[in-house]
Order: sequence, then C-alpha cells, then structure tokens
Amino acid sequence: MDIEKYIASGILELYVAGSLSESENLEVLHNAQQYPRIQEEIEKIEQALLQLTEASSGSLKKPAFETIIPNVQESEKVIPLKPEHKTPWGTYVGWAAALFFGVGLFWFYNQNQDLENTIQVTKQNIKILNDTVSALETAVTDTQKVLQMLRDQNTKVVDLGGQTVAPEAYAKVYWNQDTQKVIVDTQGLPEPPDGYDYQIWSLTLEPLTPTSLGVLSDVGQDGEQLFELPNTNASEAFGITLEPDGGSETPTLEQLYTLGTTAP
Amino acid sequence: MDTNTLITQFQNGSVQAFEKLYEMYGQNILGVINVILKDEVRSQEICQDVFVKVWKNASQYNASKGRFFTWLLNIARNAAIDELRSKSHKQQQKNLSTDYFVDILETEEADTPSLDSIGLSKVLNGLKDKCREIISLLYFKGYTQKEVSETLDIPLGTVKTRNRNCIAQIRKNCDL
Repeated sequence: MDIEKYIASGILELYVAGSLSESENLEVLHNAQQYPRIQEEIEKIEQALLQLTEASSGSLKKPAFETIIPNVQESEKVIPLKPEHKTPWGTYVGWAAALFFGVGLFWFYNQNQDLENTIQVTKQNIKILNDTVSALETAVTDTQKVLQMLRDQNTKVVDLGGQTVAPEAYAKVYWNQDTQKVIVDTQGLPEPPDGYDYQIWSLTLEPLTPTSLGVLSDVGQDGEQLFELPNTNASEAFGITLEPDGGSETPTLEQLYTLGTTAP
Repeated sequence: MDTNTLITQFQNGSVQAFEKLYEMYGQNILGVINVILKDEVRSQEICQDVFVKVWKNASQYNASKGRFFTWLLNIARNAAIDELRSKSHKQQQKNLSTDYFVDILETEEADTPSLDSIGLSKVLNGLKDKCREIISLLYFKGYTQKEVSETLDIPLGTVKTRNRNCIAQIRKNCDL
C-alpha cells in the first residue's frame, strides 16, 4: 500500500468531516491503526479543523460547564449507564423497620388499653373510698353530736325496762330539757316483725296521757339504733310500743315493749 | 491522560472526564454552531443542548464510526441546522448572509481576539472562496462527498482533492 498516495487522495480529510460511508470509515480506522503515519496525518487534519472551528467562535465564550451539569445529573437518573442488580438492602431495611414499627405500635396500643382499664378500676376504688369516708364522716358527726348531748349536764338518762310482751327488752332515752330533744337508744329492742315499727310515746301519769314523739323505723342490728327526736312535753315517762308501719294515733298498750319514768 | 482513556471514562459515566472533554472541544463546537446560526445568544444555548445530548448519548459513540471530534461535530451541526429550520429562527434571521465565514470574520475583527487562540483571519489567510465554500459544506453543513459533487457540479474525485488542498492551506496558516 502506497501510504503517501493514500494520504494525498484526500480521504482522511473526508474521514474527519464525517462524510464517508460506514465501510470507508472502518477501512480508514484499520489503516490508521496499522500505519502511524496515517494516524498522525488524521490528527493533524483534526488539529486544523479544531483551529478553524475555535477561531469561528470569535469573541463568544462557551457556556460554563456548570450550566450543563444540572441537566447532565438529571439525565443520569433517567438513563442509567450500567444497569445494576444490587440486593435492595434499602428496601429490606425499610420493610423491616415498617414491620417493627407496626408491632411496636400494636404493643403500645395494648399497653395503653391495659392502663386505661387500670385507671377505670382505680377511679371506681377512689369513688368507693370517698363514699366510705363521707359515710364515716357523717357517722362521726352523728356520734359526736350524741356524745356531746350525753355529756351535757342537763341531759337526763331514762332507763326503759322490758314489759310483759318482751321482758328481756330494754331501751334508753337521753332527754335534754334545754334543747327539748331526746335521743332514743334502741339497742335492747328485738328486731320488729315485717309490717311493724316501734313508736315512742311521752307520757304524763295523772291522768295517763300519751303523746307520740315519733316512729322509730328500721330498728335492728343492721339498721338504726339511735334516733334523735324533738320533745316539748313535760314528760313523766317514756314508752315504746310496736305499731303497724307508719305508727298509730294512740299507743297499743298490749304491745308495750319498754317503759320507764323520768323521775329518779 | 490520553483522549481515548478520557472517552472511555466519559462513556462509563465519569462527570470529570466529561468536563475535560468539554474543556477540549466546547469552544470548537460553539464555533461550528456560530458559523451555522450567526446568532451568538442562540449559539450558546444550542451549545449547551448539544453537550447535554452528548452526555445522554455517550454510549452510542464508537471508534469504528470515526473520530470523537467528528461525532461531536455531527451532533452539533444537526442541532444547529434543526434550529436554523425552526420557525422562530427564520423569523429572527430574514437576511441570512451566504458569504461563508464573512459575518464571523467581521465580528471577530471588531473584537480583540483572545490570546490563546489564533484569529479566524489568520486561519483563513489566503483561502479562496471555493475553499471556503467546500469547507463550509463538508464540515459545517455535513454534506457527503456525493452531495458536494452535485451541489458544486464538480466530479467526486475533485471534491476530495480540492478539499485536501484547502485544508492544506489552513494547516500551513496554523503551522500544522
């Protein structure tokens, strides 16, 4: 092959211009690889073109590479140059984290439910305790009231003894004539049968005149034992009879349980 | 680092290699576009587009198709010619000069040429009109040998030899 003649043909200038066919291109490439003289000539022709084209830009300056970069990096995502088949650890970790989070959430939900139940139970207990406390406070107040009255020097203690229908029965009446009140202690009375209540009477003896002081409802071990009642009478004795529910106008003397005089 | 290594790295997705290639050829590609469009602002915009396209199509280049510069040249002149045919450009440029490089020469002479490059007037010194014509068709318009032969009404062989003589004049001007 006559290298100089080949070069002189002008084919290398057309090669650099990109005007050759594919097969001609390949032929030039092979020749250039084989003959350094041809390679050198191609590079010189290209240099001439580089001078011409650069000079053609005149006073214009090419855009900064940075103005191409944003577009370039965007396109990198769109067209991956090397498709990668890596294990998607990120995905696994993500799912594991999601699962862990879900289980955790469920656990916290259960914990929360348990705590709320505990709070409900505790609230109920507190309410029960509060009720108990206020019941006790009431009881203490009542007891203190009674105690105060018992300790008052103006209070007269009247013992009521058991009568024919209930010889074992007894009761006590604490009578304060200043405050005109009586406290009846029914501890010694048997529980009244269904449909009956005890009724307390103030008695004057000459002539025998009974005046009802009140009905003692719900007497018993589980019920009331102390009754506070007003008494404005000049009582000479107190009697307790068993009467039908709600009490009677006049005492049923056959059912007189206890009786006691105020005189010492 | 030699150009072939740079090209390989660029094809493997190296932005640094791409930047070096841009430093090497960016100004040339801008020059090609400027000769075709004769519009400085649009030339810079198209130059950006061309290099984005070059990056996106990096895998398509292959040495059996020709020189890397030739590949760039082809993409650039296609983009510039497309722009030239677009409506917006036609409206802006109603009086296109047919004098090859003349407009560019005038612009360049008006400004001070940069120190690191040879001026266009020096590169084209002593070049006849028929040389400017054939270089313009082959390198800036991407005509094939046959198309040049038909356009200028000269034999195929004459296209090759005339072009070689014209390039030889440029090489002489640039001491190549």
